[in-house]
Formats: sequence, C-alpha cells, structure tokens
Amino acid sequence: MFAELGHFALILAFGVAIVQSVVPQIGAARGWRGWMALAQPAATAQFGLIAISFAALTWAFMTSDFSVKLVWENSHTDKPMLYKVSGVWGNHEGSMLLWVLILALFGAAAAWFGGALPARLRARVIAIQGMIGATFLGFILFTSNPFARLATPPFNGQDLNPLLQDPGLAFHPPFLYLGYVGLSMAFSFAVAALIEGRVDAAWARWVRPWTLAAWVFLTIGIALGSWWAYYELGWGGFWFWDPVENASFMPWLLAAALLHSAIVVEKREALKSWTILLSIMAFGFSLIGTFIVRSGVITSVHSFASDPSRGIFILVILAFFVGGALTLYAARAGAMQARGVFSMVSRESALVVNNILLAVSALVVFVGTIWPLVAEAALGRKLSVGAPFFEKAFTPFMIVLAVMLPIGAMLAWKRAHPGRVLKVLAVPAVLALALAGLAWSVGTGRSLVAPVAVGLGAWLAFGALADLASRTNGRAGRLFRLPGADWGKAVAHSGLGVAFIGIGLLTAWQQEVIKVVDIGESFEIGGYTVTLDAVDQVQGPNYTSTRATMTYARDGVVQATLYPEKRIYPVQAMPTTEAAIDSRPLRDVYLVIGDPQEGGGWAVRAYLKPFAMWIWTGCGLMALGGLISLTDRRLRVAAGARRAAARPQPAE
Amino acid sequence: MRLLPTLGLLALLAGPAAAVQPDEILDDPALESRARELSKVLRCPVCQGENIDDSNASVSRDLRLLVRERLKAGDSDGAVLDYITDRYGEYVLFEPDNRGANLVLWLIGPAVALVALGGGLLYMRRKRPEVADLTPEEEAALQELLKKTDA
Repeated sequence: MFAELGHFALILAFGVAIVQSVVPQIGAARGWRGWMALAQPAATAQFGLIAISFAALTWAFMTSDFSVKLVWENSHTDKPMLYKVSGVWGNHEGSMLLWVLILALFGAAAAWFGGALPARLRARVIAIQGMIGATFLGFILFTSNPFARLATPPFNGQDLNPLLQDPGLAFHPPFLYLGYVGLSMAFSFAVAALIEGRVDAAWARWVRPWTLAAWVFLTIGIALGSWWAYYELGWGGFWFWDPVENASFMPWLLAAALLHSAIVVEKREALKSWTILLSIMAFGFSLIGTFIVRSGVITSVHSFASDPSRGIFILVILAFFVGGALTLYAARAGAMQARGVFSMVSRESALVVNNILLAVSALVVFVGTIWPLVAEAALGRKLSVGAPFFEKAFTPFMIVLAVMLPIGAMLAWKRAHPGRVLKVLAVPAVLALALAGLAWSVGTGRSLVAPVAVGLGAWLAFGALADLASRTNGRAGRLFRLPGADWGKAVAHSGLGVAFIGIGLLTAWQQEVIKVVDIGESFEIGGYTVTLDAVDQVQGPNYTSTRATMTYARDGVVQATLYPEKRIYPVQAMPTTEAAIDSRPLRDVYLVIGDPQEGGGWAVRAYLKPFAMWIWTGCGLMALGGLISLTDRRLRVAAGARRAAARPQPAE
Repeated sequence: MRLLPTLGLLALLAGPAAAVQPDEILDDPALESRARELSKVLRCPVCQGENIDDSNASVSRDLRLLVRERLKAGDSDGAVLDYITDRYGEYVLFEPDNRGANLVLWLIGPAVALVALGGGLLYMRRKRPEVADLTPEEEAALQELLKKTDA
C-alpha cells in the first residue's frame, strides 16, 4: 500500500515538475506575473511529493517489506536499523530517488529564500531546476522504478553488500549528492542569466553561497568516502584514482574554481562569461559523474551492456542540458560585458591563474578517466590508466597552485604591489623552508615527496595565518571582528596545507610488516612491539567474526590494545576486513588480522601510518572554512537589505 | 566447538589469498621493495581497478609471484614489465606508455595550461574602453555612503 502511494506520489511529482519547467518560463518571457508566480508553489509541491515517495521507500526498508523487489534485493531482517535506512540509497534506484529529492529540495529552497531575487530571474531559475527534476523523475519512472513489487514475496532479503554496512559509508552518498546536486543551482542561475542576458554583482552574490555550500558538501562527502576506504579496505589506501572517485573529484575541482571566480564577478564585475561557463561545466561534470557511476561504462564495459537503457537515458539528459546550455552560451555570452579592468599583478589575475590550474587539473583527471574508453573505441587498444599516471600528471598542477596560493590570496584588487605582500610572507616562507629541511633530514633523504609536501603545506598554512594577521594592522582585538569570509578563507587554505602534509608524509614514510605470527608472539615495527595475544570467534548481529586481540608497546609500555576483525556475512557470503586503528596526532598504528596458516599461526599485517589523520583534518578544515565563509553577514545583509527595500513601508 | 566449522567456511569463502601474503615476501629486502614498486603499476586483470598488491584475486597472487620470480632471475624493472605485458597485454599496466596516441593523454594538461595562460595574457593586454575615474566630489560622496552602511 505504502509502496503504491510512493509510486503514485512520484508520478505526480513528475507531472508537477513538467508544469514547473514550462509555465514560469513562459511567464518570465511574456512578463505574466501570475504564470511566474506558479514557480514557488510548484517547487514546494514537487519537493513534498518526492519527500512522500522517499518516505514510502524508507518505510518499506524499515519494515523489511520484501514484497518490494528493491527491499528484497538490498535488505535483511537481521540488519541493524541504521543500515536498513542507509540501504535505501545503497542501490541504483534508491540512490536516484535521493538524487531527485535533493534536487527538489534545492529548487524549493530557491522558492522559499529567493524573495530578494528579481521576479523574472527567480521564475527562470526555478523553471530550469524543475526541468532537470522532470528529466530525472522520468529516468526513474521509466527505467529504474524503486517500487516494483514481487508476485510472491520471499521470507527474507538478500542483505546489503557488507562493505556498505558502515557508518562512514552510510552518510557518504547523501553528502556527495548534496554536493553534486547543489551545483545544479549554479547551473540554473547561469542558464537563467544567459536567457536574461544579464550578469551582475547581485547575481554572483546569489551563486556564490550555493556553490560554496555544494563545495562544502562535496568536500565532506569525498572525505568520508576516502576515510572509509582507509579503515575498511584493509591496507590503509585512501585514494585510488578510480573512475568513480574521479567522478566526484572533477566537480569538486570545478566547484572550487567557480566559487573563486564568482568572487571576482561579485567584487569586480569581471570574468562574467567565464564564470557562467564554469557554472555550466561544474554541473555538467556532476552529470558526467552520475553517468559514469550509474552506467558503469568505464569501470566495466560489460555492466553497461547489461542495461544500456539507463546509460543511454542519462547520456541523453547530459547531452540535452550541457549541449543546450553551451549553445545558449555561444549565442549569448557576448552580451555579458565585463566592467572591471585589472592589471597583470592583481587579485583578479591571481584568481584567473587559480581557475586555469583547477580547470586544467580537472581536465587531466577527465581525460585520464575516459582514455581507456577512447583508446578501446578509437584505437582498439585495451589499456588502463591508474594511480601512477594521475600521480605524475596531476600533482605538478597542485604544486604550482600551492606555491602561488598564499601570494595570490594577499594581492590587492585591481592593481597590487607585490613588494608589500612578499614582506608579509617572508616569515611563512622561512618557516616552510625550515620545516621542509627538517622533513628532509628526518626522512634521511628517502624521497623528495616528504620535504616538498611539508614545505608546501607549511607555506599554505602559515601563509594563510600571515594573511589573517596582516588584516588586523597589529591589533589583536580586530582579529575577531574580521568578516566571516576572511576567516573562512584562512581556515580553508590552511586546511589545504594540512591535507598536503598528511598526504605527503603518509605516502613517503609509511612502514609495513606482513608476517605469520603465533598467538603470544611479538614483532617490531618502527620502534613499536606488536603482540598477538589471542584470536576469538565472535558472533555479530548479522555476521560472524574472527577477532584478534593485539597490543602494541613502546619501550615496554603498552600503548593500546586493538581488536582487528575479519567478518563473514553469511547471507552475502562475503568476508570483510575490519582493521583496528589507534589514531594519534602524529601517527596511526593500523593492524589487520589475516587468515590462519596451514603450519599454525596467523597472517598479520601491521602498518605505521605517519600523519594519517592530517588528511581528514585538512579536509574537515576546508569544509569548516566554507561554512564559516557562509556565515559572513555580508551575504545575508545584502540579501536582506534588498528585501526590506522591496517591501512597501506602511504609513504611520 | 564453533571454531572448526567457521574456519572451514572461512577457507571456503576467502579463497586462496588476501593481498600480499607472508609466504610471498622475498628474503632480500632490496628485491622485495623493487617488487612492491612494480606491483603498484600492475593492475589486477579481473578486479575493478585494484593493483595486484591490494587485490585478493588468485590471478594477482600469480602475478605477484611472477614478478618476484623474474626479479630473482635478475631481470631489470623494465624487463619484468615487458615480460608481463607480453603475456597479459597492455591492460595490466596502470601507467600507460607514452607511445603513439597515448601522447595526447600525457600532453593535454600542460598544453591546455599553456594555451590558457597565453589566452589570459592576450585578454589582459587587449585594449579596453577606459572607465573614467571618479571625480573628487563623487569620491567624497562614495566615502560618505560607505560610512553610513558600515554604521
């Protein structure tokens, strides 16, 4: 019953979305206020209907209604409630439903909070948002109905892939989708601006917070995913340059570029048409990412062939929106007149360089990701492009970016005097060189990765602090009265530096021991003594586990007792590794229990991972910086001031 | 006595191996570290984008053993990779070579960056209509307005 209601609500939402995409757009073109005003209730109704539909599916998962095919395929009565709920989006159909739910939420947010926007712009934005919603609702209804029933309901389900039964991964997709779909707002605003033929500072003031929010969500989503890979996959890798990861990384890079170029539009009214183009491309890459993940075309040609209708449907949606928007861009971009002029050495030109570096590095990732497909289709070569390529081809751009960032971030608008900036940055530069030298000597010249990463990371972090300090003119009290945007910038940029240090040191200095040990036996890793004390069988809610008890000590003092596990989920007949990690600020001790050996003893892996937590601390700081910047009162004051002005004042 | 059936199940499910096994590791640490470096660029032929070191598939174990066998026989790193690509195809190399069309893959980033920088320079050198500066009176009026909004 609930499932049918959910299906029905989804069909209604499809109808509403079609109306929402047509009527306000015509109203805006003809100047008919009534037609434009339909946008707000339609966006709210579309969101409400999809929310009902999503709730119905969630209910089916929570009550383990195995007459619904999707629930049977992805759930089990023994599964903990958290994973019953996260199972809703742990599969193709449900994740697409979450996708449109978030899309409708953003459309509704533009309706609810967009009161200060010019009426025509708002109607157009909501209409375009509705159009994206309509195509994806059609996609779900025609190719991936989540509410399909089974004629004879089985007694129990097939369980969710055990790798996905994890708190980190339960929340990874919603954040990622908030980011992907959040970029649709920038896209809708860009297309609306192209139709209107007008881009100004007020437009940028709207686009920037949406892009920033989307970027914050993407940052959190990507960080959660990589953290999950670190502790779940059993050897502590955190980034694999896998096509699915790249699919989320490309929009992240472009969103980072976009939120910087939107600043130039907002403050200086320059780079307008480039910012429009970036808005289109950032969402375009979100759609490409959805296509890559959902069609499976790049990970494996076979999974695409198994259900080509889905992949082709998304490809058509992609071609329609990106192709349509780019055509519109080609026709109308000339109308976007840049007003601000700037000299070669200025904040504007530094941000241009930032944009070039971010966009080109996204292009490198894109070409590397699709190259196997191109090579097979066009040249008949079956080849692979993986981590070693990306590390060599992508990293140089990040190094240049890191070298220039602290300088560019401090240059004045319009025409800058580099001498002053360099004077302020002399201290961070000396500190960075000193720390790089320290890393070089500690690492005894093992590789260049460690000193370069430490030097750049310190340069970024101290550079951001020096920038913040220089804005106080020597009075500490002013520090806390600086606008949120300044704080956000400093926190996010130093977060990038922290992540640089973490990635570099983990890559360069990690140590590993793989060996067979008997119970009671000890071994050494990087100055620590690890002992395998016991191995037990433990029963979990929906798995059985082989759990080892291991302690590690330094100079005879026990530091911690850890319990690495190897679990088997009988329903899916799949083993998972649960590494045990002791995280400390300067290093993680990472222990994994393997298989019992024929001659007795257990295979054990131990890793010493220096500065591992710095990677996710850095990502967290970047996201926090974005959030702080969102609280900047200038964003709210500007929006509120015009709302007050638009409201007629009552006579006393 | 639950241990025995579980162990049986474990042996059944986990198959032969999970990633690098203790019995694979070479006694010579120099050779072993070369083997690990080589393993990073070799792709497991049956998994989804894992290198042979991280992969649990039995074919990856075969490849790991093969790499070590060739190293012990005295092959150089390049010779080992050639030996394996001759047998398993270009597909197992994670870092595509730079022959033929693959050059596009390696050069597109630097090339586009240079073009974009050049384009940016031209854009900035282009003559633009000069925007007249504010007159002193306008400047004063502006400062007055700014003070008001700040307060």
